Amino acid sequence: MAISPSLESITEPTPLDAAAGASHGATLEADSITAWFGSNRVLDRVSLTMPSRTVTALIGPSGCGKSTFLRILNRMHEQVPAAKLAGEVRLNGDDIYSPGHRITDTRRRIGMVFQKPNPFPTMSIAENVTAGLKLTGTRISRGDRDDLVERSLRRAGIWDEVKDRLDALGGALSGGQQQRLCIARSLAVDPDVLLMDEPCSALDPTSTRRVEQTIEELRDDVTIVIVTHNMQQAFRVSQQCAFFLAEQGTPGVIIESGRTEDIFGSPTDPRTEDYVNGRFG
Amino acid sequence: MTDVMDTPTSGAAMPTLRVEYAAGERASGAAEIVPQLRSELGLDDQDAPLETPRARPLHQRSLDDNASLIGSAVGSLALVWLLYERVLPLSGTIGFVVCWFVAFLVIYSAVTSMVYPRPMVVDRIAQAVVTSGAAIVGFALAWTIIWIFLQGLPALIHLNFYTEDMAGVGLNDPLTKGGIKHAIVGTAIQVGIATAIALPLGVGTAVYMTEVGGRLSRTVRTVVEAMTALPDILAGLFVYALLIITLGWQRSGVAAALALAVTMMPIIARSAEVVLRVVPGGLREASLALGASQWQTVRRVVLPTAKAGLATSLILGIARIAGETAPLLIVSGASSFFNANPANEPMNSLPLFIYDAVRRPDGLTIQARGYGAATLLLIMVLVLFVVTRFLARDKGPSR
Repeated sequence: MAISPSLESITEPTPLDAAAGASHGATLEADSITAWFGSNRVLDRVSLTMPSRTVTALIGPSGCGKSTFLRILNRMHEQVPAAKLAGEVRLNGDDIYSPGHRITDTRRRIGMVFQKPNPFPTMSIAENVTAGLKLTGTRISRGDRDDLVERSLRRAGIWDEVKDRLDALGGALSGGQQQRLCIARSLAVDPDVLLMDEPCSALDPTSTRRVEQTIEELRDDVTIVIVTHNMQQAFRVSQQCAFFLAEQGTPGVIIESGRTEDIFGSPTDPRTEDYVNGRFG
Repeated sequence: MTDVMDTPTSGAAMPTLRVEYAAGERASGAAEIVPQLRSELGLDDQDAPLETPRARPLHQRSLDDNASLIGSAVGSLALVWLLYERVLPLSGTIGFVVCWFVAFLVIYSAVTSMVYPRPMVVDRIAQAVVTSGAAIVGFALAWTIIWIFLQGLPALIHLNFYTEDMAGVGLNDPLTKGGIKHAIVGTAIQVGIATAIALPLGVGTAVYMTEVGGRLSRTVRTVVEAMTALPDILAGLFVYALLIITLGWQRSGVAAALALAVTMMPIIARSAEVVLRVVPGGLREASLALGASQWQTVRRVVLPTAKAGLATSLILGIARIAGETAPLLIVSGASSFFNANPANEPMNSLPLFIYDAVRRPDGLTIQARGYGAATLLLIMVLVLFVVTRFLARDKGPSR
């Protein structure tokens, strides 16, 4: 079933209970995903289950389709005008591409952190955190908002660094702090799943360490899927790992997936072994 | 003694110190004395007074460079003067200046090439040409402004120039009578209405072209570009044909404002589009990924981020229409009396008043009034520029 990018269907809006406690993650299943840009097929029947309370790392060389796969998981794929898709993505069993689901609700439940830190430059740190509520038109009382700001910043592990300057512009922070602010912003709308597209590739080792700690702390509440080029990082943060590869002229596929220890310790496919040991890619 | 010698202050300067110590025999507690000595010798960075190093001059031109520049200018002036005034049967100021400039370039390059290699010569010549070009433009602009100001000064110093209209005032009546209140108010009203129409339309068009996209947006862009190139008088004719002839409206301020809006809209749309394109795509994605709709993304993220640039495009639009004369000639009609109602009766404006005043014969006081109005128009645009930039500056968040 190919889905045109303009397809947006309407359903009853589910009220967002932002002030309620953290959710406990959700299981995300990708079933036989095929993706095209125009006539160029970039993914071929990729299936992967990302269980709750688990960090799933997507690894593989550049251009193998792992970022495309990640963007399919919260319907950002269809932002590209020529993008097409077949297959299903199920969040707790519901197909997020089915006509019954509104795209904005899907994206709110499945948050995303990007490669380059992108705090909104016109908003303060606190406003950045609550931007998700403002942007989706969710009202929240002042006291709840302050609580939400503090809790989100604490969950992202940046509260102590910014608590005295919540009114400063988000762009004034360092790169690592900006990235954690972006994580806090994603967490403030209380998503079930957090997708991270190489979140540390623009950061120094100290900030990277801090973000990895944050991922570790979030694991129990949020299902995390992370794309990374850093093998050590994949090994450190993830419990499950999927190795993507697009061989010469063919669309990307998952060569091997499974528990991180197995992928790194005893991979069954020689290409996986070569890749995780740094022999290519 | 060994204690002293083993302290970490060892180094090239230390042998004499050790001898002094050994001779002095006063080191009962070496631990106390060593820090003291260290600071005396300036070895402790924290204790030593900070000495600011003298900054070396950078980008300095040598005496030779300056001399060759001035020498070339003077030499070429002398040469051209000799040729012009004594040898060749030529005359005229412009020709003289052009010949002087060309001769200067030739002599300057010759002088430079005696000392420096070819790339340096080319560099110098390019620098001289570019600097002269900038100087000519700057001079022309300054001269225009100063000349207009001086011409208008006799009218500008009278208070009645700002508070009275020209009803019943003759072309050569003294400057203590009559003024241009009607034109000032007319321009303010017409520009205000035109902005109120063109700003939302222009920004909306820009949002459509950048945020919505698709094949139709290319058509829209082509139309907007064509409108930018449209001669202004056609905007006037359009409004004249549509509203005044077909619908039977009067010549009025509203008709004038509509003609101005037609001129202004494509300018705002084009410049706002450029500004919106500069907003990083990552911000749009971040907003969408939070579950925002496209409209919320545009309203809360894209437009606020581009605020300062949008203000600039507004200024560009206003600066363009504030001096627009041709369409107003057709649709608003000049009048000499005050009229604050844009819906009917002709309404004068500053450009129309200026046009009408300065084409009168020399020596009449109306001429000074025309130049005074021109000065006022310049000041109004300048004030708008400053105010808009001030309002749209990137200030802290509002929370």
